Amino acid sequence: MEPIAKDVKNALAKCPTGIPGLDEVTNGGLPRGRPTLVCGSAGCGKTLLAVEFLVRGAVEYGEPGVFMAFEETAEELTQNVRSLGFDLDRLVEKKLLEVDYVRIERSEIEETGEYDLEGLFVRLGHAIDSIKAKRVVLDTIEVLFSGLSNTAILRAEIRRLFRWLKVKGVTAIVTGERGAGTLTRQGLEEYVSDCVILLDHRVTEQVSTRRLRVVKYRGSVHGTNEFPFLIDDTGITVVPITSAGMDHPASVERVSTGIAPLDEMLGGKGFFRGTSVLVSGSAGTGKTSIATHFAAASCGRGERCLYFSFEESQAQLVRNLRSIGLDLEKGIKSGLLRIHSVRPTFYGLEMHLAQMHKLIAEFKPQVVVVDPISNFISAGTLTEAGSMLVRMVDLMKSQGITALFTALTHGGNNPAQTDVGISSIIDTWLLLRNTERDGLRSVTLHVLKSRGMAHSKQVHGFRLTHDGIVLSDAPATAQARGVVGNEELPGI
Amino acid sequence: MVDTMNPPDIDTELWELRLYVAGQTPKSVTTFSNLKKVCEEHLAGRYRIEVIDLLVNPQLAKGDQILAIPTLVRKLPEPIRKIVGDLSKTERVLVGLQLRPSKSSGGEA
Repeated sequence: MEPIAKDVKNALAKCPTGIPGLDEVTNGGLPRGRPTLVCGSAGCGKTLLAVEFLVRGAVEYGEPGVFMAFEETAEELTQNVRSLGFDLDRLVEKKLLEVDYVRIERSEIEETGEYDLEGLFVRLGHAIDSIKAKRVVLDTIEVLFSGLSNTAILRAEIRRLFRWLKVKGVTAIVTGERGAGTLTRQGLEEYVSDCVILLDHRVTEQVSTRRLRVVKYRGSVHGTNEFPFLIDDTGITVVPITSAGMDHPASVERVSTGIAPLDEMLGGKGFFRGTSVLVSGSAGTGKTSIATHFAAASCGRGERCLYFSFEESQAQLVRNLRSIGLDLEKGIKSGLLRIHSVRPTFYGLEMHLAQMHKLIAEFKPQVVVVDPISNFISAGTLTEAGSMLVRMVDLMKSQGITALFTALTHGGNNPAQTDVGISSIIDTWLLLRNTERDGLRSVTLHVLKSRGMAHSKQVHGFRLTHDGIVLSDAPATAQARGVVGNEELPGI
Repeated sequence: MVDTMNPPDIDTELWELRLYVAGQTPKSVTTFSNLKKVCEEHLAGRYRIEVIDLLVNPQLAKGDQILAIPTLVRKLPEPIRKIVGDLSKTERVLVGLQLRPSKSSGGEA
């Protein structure tokens, strides 16, 4: 018996937007030849998204576009998007873009009988034909409702317009302002029903986050979650959740930790490439030292390392590590080490993830360090931080990046309990412990777990000296207040 | 510079009217005849009508910001006024052209 429904040939054709992340979220782009509604409140980024759709369409896909502006003049629009790096004037010159500003001044108009909006059709048709446009933006057509009072005619004509756009075969973005209780103030979602994207700009506890959600996409599978997005000098970047499935390849290659005795503890070779490593410990135990040694080692191998520092500035790191004999300047100067230093409370969690995504895509590192991750608690709630970290680990793994995270624990009873509970997604866990004996504080290091390799279960003394990190046997730790390495620790 | 404090001298100035249509449809023919009637009655001898067919010259829609069809634009005397519709509502046409003050605004320009 022939299968009835699997006709893949007739699958909906898509129009790639070229906006990083958006094509992933929509599984290929917007529905080709149909109108997509982009709605959201004022300032959420609708116009920018629409402009970027046209600009990238023209520049990256060779598809000219027409922008019908109902709110801003062509000059205002051009100026506003210049900060995103878009030069509309040049595109107009090259006949890749046409901007038509439609001005509706209610005080100028007197309605004296039957009419239709054929004038709009003529203008749009002429603009499309003059540059053979394949993409169109109407921003925002709801302005018509404030200029003309006959809503029956307006609605009928808008319905006609969307049918006309389909016949013309152009892929259109129609923007609409969010209504109270409805997607758009004038109910445009009635007419534009193939694809609806909602943009949101939320401020929680003084930190703002931009989110995008595909509310509806007829005929296509799409992510239904909210995805954070950034707007910066390269335009919009959407952060898709990376592969929900866990089909990351597992490498057998090993990379050195940068600390020879530590490599020894890890089966003699170091970490598996592409795995996630957690270095946790209370304040002052030496987590950053381990992290920076790993970073320097990757530069030594000629590999790029992206170091996210949420506590210390680049200058501080360089200075502090010099005191234990580690020279970070070399890696920085050669361009292999890039330190990105920012306060965790500077933006929301989603923005951090989006930034990381972006920097990783730009810099293409083989190694990433996040030092520390525990600060994210201050930037969001506990559950939010947890989910963000899962996504971060997922992002690294999907690209085969070896990731090292440091986390502050608060000493005390259960040093293996990190605030955010990500131990299950961590492959290798190094634990630094403060121990006290006879009035002397010392630090111990041991490998709590390391998946896939035989690792040392011995607890070693850990010291930072002018010549670097020194590991020693810690014979008396059995007597110390600390815990012997083999004991079952809850919370793993 | 338009003097908006004193209304335009409607008794002697030449009126320039531009009627935008989209093709020769029954509606555009009706609109034109409605317009002629109003002009003959109120502006005899001092008006000029120019009919622009956007299907022939689509690029002209942009200049006068034409959206609706039919649209009548009063180019002179200034300021520019736009009247949208088939001009069947004569009262509204006169208000729109400012040939008669509207009841609500009491004759302001």
